[in-house]
Amino acid sequence: MTANPTSALHLDEPYARPILVDGDRDLASVTRRVCGVVEAPKPPRAWYIAITITSAMTVMLFAMVAYLIVTGVGVWGNNSPAFWGWDIVNFVFWVGIAHAGTLISAILFLLRQKWRTSINRAAEAMTLFAVCCAGLYPSIHVGRVWLAYWLFPLPNQMQMWPNFRSPLLWDVFAVSTYATVSLLFWYMGLVPDLATLRDRATTKLRKGLYGFFALGWCGSARHWQRYERAYLILAALATPLVLSVHSVVSFDFAVSQVPGWHTTIFPPYFVAGAIFSGFGMVVTTMVPARELFGLKELVTLKHLENMNKVILATGSMVGLAYATEFFIAWYGGNPYERFVFLNRALGPYWWAYWLMVFCNVVAPQFLWFKKIRTSLWAMFVISIFVNIGMWLERFVIVVTSLTRDYLPTSWGYFKPTAVDVCTFAGTFGLFLTLFLLFCRFLPMVAIAEVKTVLPAAHPHGGHGTKEGAHHG
Amino acid sequence: MAESVAIQNASERPLHGVLAEFDDVDSISAAAREVRDAGYTRFDVYSPFPIHGIERHMGLRPTKLPWIVLVCGLSGTSLALFFQWWTNAVDYPFKISGKPLFGIPANIPVTFEFTVLLSAFAAFFGMLILNRLPEHHRPVFESSRFRRATDDGFFLAIEADDPQFDAAKTRALLQKLSRHPVELCHDSGQSAAMPVWIRSALVAVGALALLPLAAVVWARASDTTRPPIHIVQDMDSQQRFRAQVANQVFADGRAMRPDPAGTVAWGELRTDATLASGKRGDAFLETFPVPVTDAVIARGRERFAVYCTPCHGQSGYGDGLVALRAAELQEQNWVQPSSLHDPLVRARPVGQIFDTIRNGVRTMPAYGRQMSVEDSWAITAYVRALQRSQNATIDDVPAAERAKLGVQ
Repeated sequence: MTANPTSALHLDEPYARPILVDGDRDLASVTRRVCGVVEAPKPPRAWYIAITITSAMTVMLFAMVAYLIVTGVGVWGNNSPAFWGWDIVNFVFWVGIAHAGTLISAILFLLRQKWRTSINRAAEAMTLFAVCCAGLYPSIHVGRVWLAYWLFPLPNQMQMWPNFRSPLLWDVFAVSTYATVSLLFWYMGLVPDLATLRDRATTKLRKGLYGFFALGWCGSARHWQRYERAYLILAALATPLVLSVHSVVSFDFAVSQVPGWHTTIFPPYFVAGAIFSGFGMVVTTMVPARELFGLKELVTLKHLENMNKVILATGSMVGLAYATEFFIAWYGGNPYERFVFLNRALGPYWWAYWLMVFCNVVAPQFLWFKKIRTSLWAMFVISIFVNIGMWLERFVIVVTSLTRDYLPTSWGYFKPTAVDVCTFAGTFGLFLTLFLLFCRFLPMVAIAEVKTVLPAAHPHGGHGTKEGAHHG
Repeated sequence: MAESVAIQNASERPLHGVLAEFDDVDSISAAAREVRDAGYTRFDVYSPFPIHGIERHMGLRPTKLPWIVLVCGLSGTSLALFFQWWTNAVDYPFKISGKPLFGIPANIPVTFEFTVLLSAFAAFFGMLILNRLPEHHRPVFESSRFRRATDDGFFLAIEADDPQFDAAKTRALLQKLSRHPVELCHDSGQSAAMPVWIRSALVAVGALALLPLAAVVWARASDTTRPPIHIVQDMDSQQRFRAQVANQVFADGRAMRPDPAGTVAWGELRTDATLASGKRGDAFLETFPVPVTDAVIARGRERFAVYCTPCHGQSGYGDGLVALRAAELQEQNWVQPSSLHDPLVRARPVGQIFDTIRNGVRTMPAYGRQMSVEDSWAITAYVRALQRSQNATIDDVPAAERAKLGVQ
């Protein structure tokens, strides 16, 4: 069953297949290792400690949301002139993080980057959980939550329809489509692995539950054929979708006339930033998770190094976008634009701006060095910087533009309230709780997909027929 | 062993097919080619991961899934475009700053998202439907070895309903290809379809899920005299007594309370009733009860510009911007403001003009609450000046000033 990986040299691939999985690389050991996490009678002690803290934070989130709904949006710091505050900052922050999962699963799939197979499952799960956190904000910041259905084009007693030419409605469609497609993509990838768990189950409850969600998957080649085609189509659909979602989020700003927002660079700049922040979050969560659950041989240092390269590339793009914004503000000759950008760097929020530049532009540059790129501690610290920096970026965009726009008489200074802070901390609790539950109860690594990159998955054409030699 | 007992018991049930196990991708691909070349069509390969190129070894035709996705995607595109056009341009025309009611660019984001959504549904659910999933049972699951098909086992099963199938011959063919003992697979009596209780539970949940929708449809289609159900009150209906309604708490049954005897409401103190009402007894004053000076007329002109010009116009002809706009829009319920130079208006005593300003007339609102009595008299004085200016003769101009006008 185990074969020498170097023998897998084929006409259509004029290079040796890269080794993507370390250690014992046969099919059964991959199954054992991934399912072992789920089937262990007890998770590691650290898991208990972590989930206690994160679920307490989640409870705090629900309490804050309940307080907001009962009392009103006034419990937040949003007030004239900054009617958008941490709610929108955090919404964009979480939506951005949600982009890494689909990027890894769809775009890297289309680009045949096989190294994605070890990390795509966890990254897709993070996408879903981040979308949950993101979707929470727009629905509660409408104020009268019980009327949030007005966002959707439903027939109603007012005989009115929503305005389809508004970026805010585009946002509703983009984020809800993204959540739905990500869920389908993630669940479809899970089906064969749920079947594996079902077939290994020792208790009736596990067999019943995993069996229910495995939909009777049996690994039939006829099923695999349509499954792979559906997966490819979903990847091809999700690729433009992932680019469209953050473009649409950027339209919320770019289509308005507020100085500092009304720029054409926003869609590409937001997408690059989203990928940057998403990969930052994947590194932040995967570095401890692979240690905790003993998946170091499947999620190798090579995977982490590749993600760090993506962080370096997108971080540099974001830096370029900052510079371009300044150039255009000067070159465009609009005094309000010029003022906004000078105000960002030198105004009352200078600390946020320069911290953002340090976190997003300076910190990732250390990843040019292989030693740093492959050091777990260094990459963990840099990924934390990226997370902080990308949050600050959204804060700088939303708050500096709103608090100082055209009329100096209506300038202000935004201050968050304790409820703002606790709600934001609570979303981290929700995100991490869902992620910890996922790690414990679902296969964290796509078992069937990892098997396809093992040497055992490749026919060697050694059976004397012409056909066998062609498709390796 | 339990396995052999199971197989023995099973032998009384109808035969489903023959199951053979293989060690790796190469041997199962080779076996699939052999079985295909032997003319079998109803056979399947089971593996823990998709085997590259197996569909050619098995002689499978490409799936029609992409066409289903294409059709659904195009439906999504046209449906989204049509819906946006119908809702925003036809059913509820959305006028925004004179922009066209329908234009492609602004409607592209939603169209794109909806296309992707329907295509993704088609890809996912199309895959499930074409694969006949969810599937409750398959006779190959009866084999205890078959569990490894989702771990590291490779299996090939030829089904008994294949026209080429012959229990002995087929078994011999597979045994020749496989190193492992070939197994006969029997129908377990379990149906591939969902058990009845799961199906009924799904139907019940589906029916319950439709109930709220049915309630909404019923409520919209039926008439009732009861007030609408208001789950969240907001500030729409408040528990209070409105003006002009009955209130049993008070002896006179009125909710609106008159001032207690001997009190004056704030701002309502009128020491001079004639000055405040423009009337002496029931008759309107013919002369101003305040001295008319240049300062008063100037004040009146300034207040007139604030309160009166929007409808009556700068010169008082009833041609203010609001009136012009209403005429342009051909508003049905608009009452044309009077021209202050109409003979009827000119003939009115100053007390009546003052009274009109204070208390309104027809659709003209009462301004008494918005300005002081003195300002109302100032405006009245200015109206008089305006009326005289628009109906003046040369005799009205002082002799000393006539030269400036170029007339004698």
